[in-house]
Amino acid sequence: MTEVPGPTSQELHGSGVGRGAVVGPVARAYPPPPTPLDAEGPDNDAGRQAAVQEVAEAYKAVAATLMTRAQNAAGTTMGDVLTATAAMASDPELIGSVKERVLTGQAPLFAVDRATEEYVDLFTAAGGYLAERVTDLRSVRDRVLARLAGRPEPGVPELAEPSVVVATDLSPADTATLDLAKVKAIVIAQGGPTGHTAIIAGQLGIPCVVRVDGADELVDGEIVAVDAATGVITRNPAPELTAKAEQRMQALHDLEKDRSDGATSDGHPVQLLANIGTAEDAERLTEAAVEGVGLFRTEVLFLGRTTAPTRQEQAEVYARVLTALGGRKVVVRTLDAGADKPLAFVTRTDEENPALGVRGYRLVRTAKELMADQLAALAAAQEATGVQPWVMAPMIATVDEAAEFAAMAREAGIAKAGVMVEVPSAALRARDILAEVDFVSMGTNDLAQYTMASDRLLGSLVDLLDPWQPAVLDLVAAVARGGREAEKSAGVCGESASDPLMALVLTGLGVTSLSMSPAAVPAVRFSLARHSLERCQKMAAAALAAPTAAKGRAAVLALCDPQVAEVLAL
Amino acid sequence: MAQRTVEVASAQGLHARPATLFTQAAAGTGVTIAKDGGTPVDAASILRVMALGVKNGETVTLEGEDEAALDRLVALLATDLDAEQ
Repeated sequence: MTEVPGPTSQELHGSGVGRGAVVGPVARAYPPPPTPLDAEGPDNDAGRQAAVQEVAEAYKAVAATLMTRAQNAAGTTMGDVLTATAAMASDPELIGSVKERVLTGQAPLFAVDRATEEYVDLFTAAGGYLAERVTDLRSVRDRVLARLAGRPEPGVPELAEPSVVVATDLSPADTATLDLAKVKAIVIAQGGPTGHTAIIAGQLGIPCVVRVDGADELVDGEIVAVDAATGVITRNPAPELTAKAEQRMQALHDLEKDRSDGATSDGHPVQLLANIGTAEDAERLTEAAVEGVGLFRTEVLFLGRTTAPTRQEQAEVYARVLTALGGRKVVVRTLDAGADKPLAFVTRTDEENPALGVRGYRLVRTAKELMADQLAALAAAQEATGVQPWVMAPMIATVDEAAEFAAMAREAGIAKAGVMVEVPSAALRARDILAEVDFVSMGTNDLAQYTMASDRLLGSLVDLLDPWQPAVLDLVAAVARGGREAEKSAGVCGESASDPLMALVLTGLGVTSLSMSPAAVPAVRFSLARHSLERCQKMAAAALAAPTAAKGRAAVLALCDPQVAEVLAL
Repeated sequence: MAQRTVEVASAQGLHARPATLFTQAAAGTGVTIAKDGGTPVDAASILRVMALGVKNGETVTLEGEDEAALDRLVALLATDLDAEQ
């Protein structure tokens, strides 16, 4: 590549997710262009003619790019979708309509946007399959607009070689289209360690650093070292740094060979489970050394759609997940939409504080049929596979809500009904909630958000969202105590479970299962196996006794086996 | 102006893949396509063709000057384009 920074290395800092370290070339992703508001085009005929020509060329170039990508994906569903999208970019009616608008005086960018919206309206009104194609139409529009405005094409570029993907931020859709085999690391300027991109990257074991100041200056093709354990990006890394990254990856790779069940050194069992979002994720676990799935986020099925998936469509996906795990435990979370995960067909847009609004389980207040359909689909999947899923509802705040959900689930034929504890009220009354349900699972990201009154997507408040905050740990301890008294499972499926040091504290508090990105399991398994239950309990007491998050972590680290701390870069 | 009517054989109707193949074949022929009693649209426009929402087994009418092109397009619609991978 052409632009390479000077010989001196330069460091950028952010929050790391995962423990990996890699070196690779930068591949930049760009945001979609803003909606054009400037309606007036050239005021003379020659200008309009030239603009028409430009528009035609932009569409032609976009169609050609899409066609190349389609050919590279030939024979796959993605290939078919890209071929159809390329055909949209060559559509004579669409281009004709844009040209006509420009000739009658509209600015080219405005004309492209308006002409596209006409088809968007047509497709949206038709619903079903056509409505789903709206995303493709808009992606053609964004590419043409970017080209006309002289901006880089939006989205993640096609990766020719294993690369470090760098973006201001990545939408769920961007992340979904990444060619994972070629993503060495993800670096973003925005987001937080518990945001969508970080979670997905963590799940896939891709080193990720978020909130990186200066990420927008990284240039396509330049070589960078990414250390997720320290959150440091080094431009133009020295050979020693590259060698160190390789050593770390080798050590982590060695831990992956251990396939035993989770337990402390003296044999106290702690289930090690995986967090997943799709059936494909589940299928990747078929051979994985995890004891099951502790959190299946079903909302991925619903996001980015204009209507809810049908009962049958859902049942098929759930059945695939249950089958893939081959009888291991699978905990399914019902639809968790709202706040940072809006759904076109249910989420209200007029809420001033969406995180405190109608989200998660609260959707039953306005759209009860969504929950009923989902439970029916889960029951159908259970019937089809002979595997009983554990099913839990998100964002439960009261005992009444827990009881209501458990009744709905049992009526649908689900034997194991539980709830998420993400709201302090539910944590404080865990004992009463556990009298109504079969299990609880703590979502520590949201629990921290609501305990500390800090938006978990706001990177600037990341210190407040630290899972080591003693107030958050007090609530976790209360839930674990409730679980012990009721003799029911109380797990953690938040990202804090994936921290090998925090996992020891959670075990000491009495948490019965830890669910995390599959990639984080080997380090947690190793850490648990090197500490006794008694040591874990001492660590938990030290964490709770500390007045601040930093002091708590330091006190626990002092009790940690030094070899574990070294191998895991704790 | 010549006309042909044909039953659409593609299992999923004229959706992404079949519509792409059909509109590519129709490019430059000046042929129009219409559903029963509907307004004819440019057969080369994937957006218009998809918007017709033609399902498997539904009948469409093609119209145009070029008889050879019409025959080709009829043959295409009479094939299950989803099956042909």
